[in-house]
Amino acid sequence: MIAFILRRLAVAIPTLLVLIVISFILMKVAPGNPFAGEKSVPQAVLDNIFARYGLDKPAWQQLVEYVYNVVFRFDFGPSFQYRDRTVNDIIAQGFPVTFTYGAWAFLAASLIGIALGVVAAVKQNSWLDYLAVGFTIGAQVVPNFVMAPILVLVFTLWLGWLPGGGWNGGHWSNVVLPVIALATSYLANIARITRSSMLEVLNSNYIRTARAKGLPSHQVIIKHALRPALLPVISYLGPVFVGMVTGSVVIDLYFSTGGIGQAFVNSALNRDYSTILGITILLGALTITANLVVDILYAWIDPKIKL
Amino acid sequence: MLADRRLIAAEGLAKGVAEPAKGRSLWMDAARRFRRNTAAFTSLIVLLTVVAFTLVGPFIARWSIETIDWSVVGSVLSKGMPSIETGHYFGTDEVGRDLYSRVIQGTQVSLMVGMVGSGIAVIVGTLYGATAGYFGGRIDSVMMRFVDILYSIPYMFILILLLIIFGRSFIMLFVGIGLISWLGMARVVRGQTMALKHREFVEAAIATGAKPAAVILRHIVPNLLGIVVVYATLLVPEMILLESFISFLGLGVQEPNTSLGALISEGAQTMQYGTIWQLAFPLFFFVVILFTFFFVGDGLRDALDPKDR
Amino acid sequence: MPPVLTVSDLNVRFALHQAEVTAVSDLSFSLEPGETLAVVGESGSGKSQAFLSLMGLVAKNATVSGRAMLGDVDLLALGHSDLNRYRGKDIAMIFQDPMTSLNPSLRVKAQLAEVLVRHQGYTPEQAIRAAIEMLERVGIPEPVKRANAYPHELSGGMRQRVMIAMALLCKPKVLIADEPTTALDVTVQAQMLDLFKNLTTELGTALVLITHDLGVVAGIADRMMVMYGGRCVEKGPTDALFYDPRHPYTLGLLHSTPHVAKRARRLDPIQGLPPSLEHLPQGCAFHPRCAFRLERCFAERPPLLPVEEAHEKACWYQGELNYEEVA
Repeated sequence: MIAFILRRLAVAIPTLLVLIVISFILMKVAPGNPFAGEKSVPQAVLDNIFARYGLDKPAWQQLVEYVYNVVFRFDFGPSFQYRDRTVNDIIAQGFPVTFTYGAWAFLAASLIGIALGVVAAVKQNSWLDYLAVGFTIGAQVVPNFVMAPILVLVFTLWLGWLPGGGWNGGHWSNVVLPVIALATSYLANIARITRSSMLEVLNSNYIRTARAKGLPSHQVIIKHALRPALLPVISYLGPVFVGMVTGSVVIDLYFSTGGIGQAFVNSALNRDYSTILGITILLGALTITANLVVDILYAWIDPKIKL
Repeated sequence: MLADRRLIAAEGLAKGVAEPAKGRSLWMDAARRFRRNTAAFTSLIVLLTVVAFTLVGPFIARWSIETIDWSVVGSVLSKGMPSIETGHYFGTDEVGRDLYSRVIQGTQVSLMVGMVGSGIAVIVGTLYGATAGYFGGRIDSVMMRFVDILYSIPYMFILILLLIIFGRSFIMLFVGIGLISWLGMARVVRGQTMALKHREFVEAAIATGAKPAAVILRHIVPNLLGIVVVYATLLVPEMILLESFISFLGLGVQEPNTSLGALISEGAQTMQYGTIWQLAFPLFFFVVILFTFFFVGDGLRDALDPKDR
Repeated sequence: MPPVLTVSDLNVRFALHQAEVTAVSDLSFSLEPGETLAVVGESGSGKSQAFLSLMGLVAKNATVSGRAMLGDVDLLALGHSDLNRYRGKDIAMIFQDPMTSLNPSLRVKAQLAEVLVRHQGYTPEQAIRAAIEMLERVGIPEPVKRANAYPHELSGGMRQRVMIAMALLCKPKVLIADEPTTALDVTVQAQMLDLFKNLTTELGTALVLITHDLGVVAGIADRMMVMYGGRCVEKGPTDALFYDPRHPYTLGLLHSTPHVAKRARRLDPIQGLPPSLEHLPQGCAFHPRCAFRLERCFAERPPLLPVEEAHEKACWYQGELNYEEVA
């Protein structure tokens, strides 16, 4: 188990470093800087500013210092845009928001998706199955940025039930629509994957054996079929996580929830390089961690993988 | 069910005996099976209709994509509706530009992005995957580790960075999409190549002294075509989604050019004023294209791989 | 003693896309306590489907009719939850492919113990202890270690032993073994058959051995039932069928089995292919491949009639069966 995790970490840590270096180099080669617009600023003042942000040092030294600060002090440095705020401040403000609706969406998509897939497979060719299949096919072509306006149109403009934006300190009514918009397409995909893998398992020889033993059907499904059927679903959870992190940009923009996606786009448009860099690295680290967790979960469920 | 399959196999066997096998190629067989798949075949026809529409449609357009119809400006809700009289068949957008022309252009751009992204994936992914799979061992693990690393980076952020740093342009968009689209293809192709490598005809080619490049290009790649075609078809809608996502963020193609993602984004922002057609038309084409590609892809998979049903 | 299992007029039909296919027609037989019945036939003869239907394990598109009395319970009349009280306990089944018939994600002991927990009301600890005992009985070395293993860590023969242990845990009255040795190495096959014979004798379990391999039947079966095209074409004591077969198909089978046919000068495979169940020939289903066919065989299906004491066949031809002469 520990050896397995160490082996995965041996990949994860270089990946993260590569990500940091690539992003950093991109920043350096980018034309212009956040201070370029201020032409009237005398050179002496500009030098001063550069010194403050450490931009006067050679690039490699900046990189080393940056990596050191990020890794050992979890310090992403000051924001280039907002002189009085650090990147950590910006992240600390946006991250809890993103985490709140992201976690709900992730839970909803995986739990409801799996439940729907299992029920559809067990009741194959029933109206419930057809409903589930229809839903999964339909939801494939409705990505979050299409889902969001449709939800607002229906629940805000027509029915007037829920607010079409804002965060309001995470009041439930503000959380519902972002969660649905973010979760729907993944929920559908998880349901589809669960259904087809469950069907395959239910038709397998070992399920026939379990039935021949006289086990009641709920026991056959829960004890014998569910675990092997979940394997493909678990390997899909990594991409779901990445997709949701990416999708949070859309959610933040459309619902003005003020999460980390909003901070990312704002800083991107303002060329606030230190903030972009910080957010990219943070989300990259989260993604890599999520993939690691998925790998461990997979190995834990599949006895054929030696830990 | 096992019993089912056996009976079906028996059924097939009986038919095979009844009509002596004519010399049918894999591809003809697949075409026949595809033709019998109603959903996939209908989707293909709908898709071709959409493509034809984007080619023929511009000839009956009365407005260009950027001309502003000053007669509707300021009262888009009442005068900018879809109408034959004004020549705005799909209505106008918020600024007073003809939505019909813009939807056609948006559809063209989306289709093109899908095709190019999937094309890059086919070329780069197939060669990369086939090379890694063919050589195996250390080369393979280094090459695939590289793919793993790229895979676990939240690429969308890198893509957004690229677009911001190097400016928005078609080229940058294609480069960005091309950078990531081939990863999945490389994995699929590698797996298939590993399986093909030990087949007799490949070993025979190696035994006759063919160079690795020749073996890969002449013996392995042609046998990968089926799975590559299926994967490429399913990749097109994914690429369209990706581009739309970027356009939705306002980072895609630049005005006055447009894409379906950009149009949906604009329509989504203005629908609260009641101009629902600005969302409906681009959304309709978007959904139709995605749907048909998914069905065609699934149909191809079933047609080319009958045992996997 | 009364028969432990009596099946009468068993029919199994499958609804396919356009057609309906009859996999088993009018099958009747009985099973004495402790005896071994071999059911022989080519693939597609309906032999597996007949017994899967008794266990309630046929595909969803199947309809099953007839009666199958296990003691005084009609298995075919039971709903699923009632059937679950009997299968695994009084009637158990072993399948052809030991590699895929065990659940890959559960330890061996869990898969064994749940049977006892379910049917005998054991506590999990008792059940595991009994399971390990049974593993030892089926000849698995280091049973404690194997019990803690996952199926993929065991060899094919070992897995089939686990399957046997699992089926015999509740000392069932009837054990159905569907091609239990086909997927195994030849050396392991013989061991496995010995094991079957010994254990079923010890426990007094009646064994139904479904196979296409007559070599398997010879040493172990008391009686034999030959199936073709979903019907029983000949049944009787094993010795009678081996030395005095009355149905041309039985004769053909004997001649196409290498070590049974050593009396014959050469190996004579039966000509042609087994029929597709969807397009069964008119009259006797075997007539297109039969060397002894009569005019009558094309139109009328022969009924199953006794030829001797406890020996029945379904064939119009009443003369001497001499293969070499005809072929």
